[in-house]
Amino acid sequence: MSEKINLTINGIPLRVDQNTTILEAAEELSIKIPTLCHHKDLCVAGNCRVCVVEEVGVKKLPAACATPVHEGMEILTNSLKVRNSRKNIIELLLSEHNADCTKCYKNGNCELQTLAAEYKIINQEFIHLPDTKCYTIDEFSPSIIKDDSRCIRCQRCVRTCAEIQGVSALTVGYKGDHMKITTFFEKPIADVVCTNCGQCVNHCPTGALIEKNYIEEVWEAIADPKMHVVVQTAPAVRIGLGEELGFEPGSRVTGKMVSALKRLGFDAVLDTDFTADLTILEEGTELLTRLKKVLVDKDPDTHLPLATSCSPGWIKYIEHMYPEYLQNLSTCKSPQQMFGALVKTYYAKERNIDPANIVSVSIMPCTAKKFEANRPEMHDSGYRDVDFVITTRELAIMIKQAGIEFTHLPEEHYDKIMGDSTGAGVIFGATGGVMEAALRTAYEIVTGREVPFENLNITPVRGMDGVREATIKIENPLPDWSFLDGAELNCAIAHGLVNAKDLMDSIKSGKKSYHFVEVMACPGGCLGGGGQPIPTSPEIRQKRMEAIYAEDMDMPLRKSHDNPEVVHLYESFLEKPNSEKAHHLLHTKYVPRQRF
Amino acid sequence: MPKIKLAEKTINIVKEICAKYDNNEGELINVLHNVQAKLGYLPAEVQELIAKELNSSVAKVYGVVTFYSFFTMTPMGEFPISICMGTACYVRGAEQVLDEFKRQLKLEIGKTTEDGKFSISCLRCVGACGLAPVVMVGEKVYGRVSPQQVRKIIAEYQDGCPSS
Ligand code: SF4
Ligand code: SF4
Ligand code: FES
Ligand code: FES
Repeated sequence: MSEKINLTINGIPLRVDQNTTILEAAEELSIKIPTLCHHKDLCVAGNCRVCVVEEVGVKKLPAACATPVHEGMEILTNSLKVRNSRKNIIELLLSEHNADCTKCYKNGNCELQTLAAEYKIINQEFIHLPDTKCYTIDEFSPSIIKDDSRCIRCQRCVRTCAEIQGVSALTVGYKGDHMKITTFFEKPIADVVCTNCGQCVNHCPTGALIEKNYIEEVWEAIADPKMHVVVQTAPAVRIGLGEELGFEPGSRVTGKMVSALKRLGFDAVLDTDFTADLTILEEGTELLTRLKKVLVDKDPDTHLPLATSCSPGWIKYIEHMYPEYLQNLSTCKSPQQMFGALVKTYYAKERNIDPANIVSVSIMPCTAKKFEANRPEMHDSGYRDVDFVITTRELAIMIKQAGIEFTHLPEEHYDKIMGDSTGAGVIFGATGGVMEAALRTAYEIVTGREVPFENLNITPVRGMDGVREATIKIENPLPDWSFLDGAELNCAIAHGLVNAKDLMDSIKSGKKSYHFVEVMACPGGCLGGGGQPIPTSPEIRQKRMEAIYAEDMDMPLRKSHDNPEVVHLYESFLEKPNSEKAHHLLHTKYVPRQRF
Repeated sequence: MPKIKLAEKTINIVKEICAKYDNNEGELINVLHNVQAKLGYLPAEVQELIAKELNSSVAKVYGVVTFYSFFTMTPMGEFPISICMGTACYVRGAEQVLDEFKRQLKLEIGKTTEDGKFSISCLRCVGACGLAPVVMVGEKVYGRVSPQQVRKIIAEYQDGCPSS
């Protein structure tokens, strides 16, 4: 039992566990202390000091986020001394900040702006420094823009990139007045090990790190009468979007989202979940083929474990960090890119539209998908497969711009041809989901029976632990798969690249050996993606995860191979999984990249 | 940033130093210190190698290198000029001497002239306070230097080696 500590905050007594910070203790009393450098996902930095409070009898004001409580402590969070000092800190931050808020992408969603508004920082006491400094704006990446003039050097991004992603593309360079957030030799983000995951964007309190937005491009495409504009929506968008538009975290807004997209003027509203289902058939077949090659043919050129390839942040990470494992990656494109390649071939044919007149837009919880769509490999339809990728946040902006009252929208259904999906497709949005969806299908292909889990819910692969393992035993397979009789399929799941690193190191050192691993670059999987609503926290991600699994349970079909449109696609166009045509359109190659 | 290929010898020096510190990331500062002592400076390629050996990130290494003004990323000049900024030298006008060097060579602290001849750095007390202010060019020590002497000192090295 941990010891309890008695203290008072603003005169109210309370008892909390040892090692609680003043900030956490105040939260228990619903007293909000403003913070900037503090973030629930990250270790304590204590560098901005905006969270100062007064401890009665102590001269120096402690930082609430970094100071643990002690017995008998009397804390004041709103004394005159606290207010003045807090106001001073905010003014100082603003004096070196390019605070032309009306020209900032984060206008209305910036923690510094909110504080300045709360504290009514109207008369600037300090000189305005940005004019005297030579700040850089890095716009080279197709995913992320970094504007140093809006940076308050809270270092959340640096901690995010190190602690959540284990990438450390960003660092704090120089010191004092010259201190800045930078990369190796101040290269553009596009030229270093950055994976474009956007977690730093998700954790930046200001407009210093933002996604590169393609909102105007999409509006232009919609306005062009010659163009047939198709939109696809990733699984995690439907359980995140609501947060930007007046709903609580964990709200499922699928039908309203579809309705909003139709009102925005898209010609067809289709679903990435459809190609998620397709991915399962392609990747499941690939897995079984590899197992056969390794176990039966003893082929030395086939590699296990097979690693999933849906997360473009993970792909770029492995290209930089573990290029020797590129043969382990599934050759399957991500669902977004499969969709793109099919829209300008199969869909165009079915709808009798010239693919040159199709604009394909995707709504993603992800910033790395912007980079992925831009990869030179992604032109297998003969055109750029996906023209514009916008995030959940950008979609919310468009909905607001269009004057759509989201909360009042009716629920509508996806359009036909690549609009059908199953519960297996939707769980792609949560860590472990691809694994679960693949097992639901692969197990049935091999044994002819459903996976032996209640309601098809393979709970061992679910959850928020950084690395999870599961073993699936195969019994009484169909004759074709008799070599798998009694086999135990060892699977592992990692989310957040820092955990992917652990997983890869355990494979590399020979400590672990698996048949199949799923990796998602972002914490919680796509539901915690770098393009999802801000803020994010473990609690918010938990709620989004529950929403994903609820969405799965409510789907009439729960297994990818039951998706009728996928069945039709194979019958009428692709022939069978991993066919030559499927290979051409749905599979890809990877490139080794410089580690540093 | 042009890529230089590190010489085999340099690679080995760096690797040895990292190994001496058990390739431990926590020893980064010591490693950088030792490597700079051997190589004179820390170019990008050396930082990359150190990051690799210590299994750290290059950005982190770069962050540390830029944080401490002691570390330099440009090679020292053929004739490195060091000006003592210890208390004794300082009160006896080291700063004016430094300014004069900077002015004459059109050079900032930590930088090297384009022809690679001169670089300027500051030192803390070199233990010759009796001679303050003290300037060193390479190994050679100049005592009681006044700003007026600066031109003469530079001239000594201007055309190749000093006439010693
Ligand atoms: S870029 Fe954003 S997160 Fe990073 S230090 Fe600056 S303000 Fe903080
Ligand atoms: S996008 Fe991801 S990998 Fe790139 S700098 Fe940001 S957190 Fe690091
Ligand atoms: S939030 Fe506490 S010091 Fe920044
Ligand atoms: S202060 Fe310069 S030698 Fe001691």
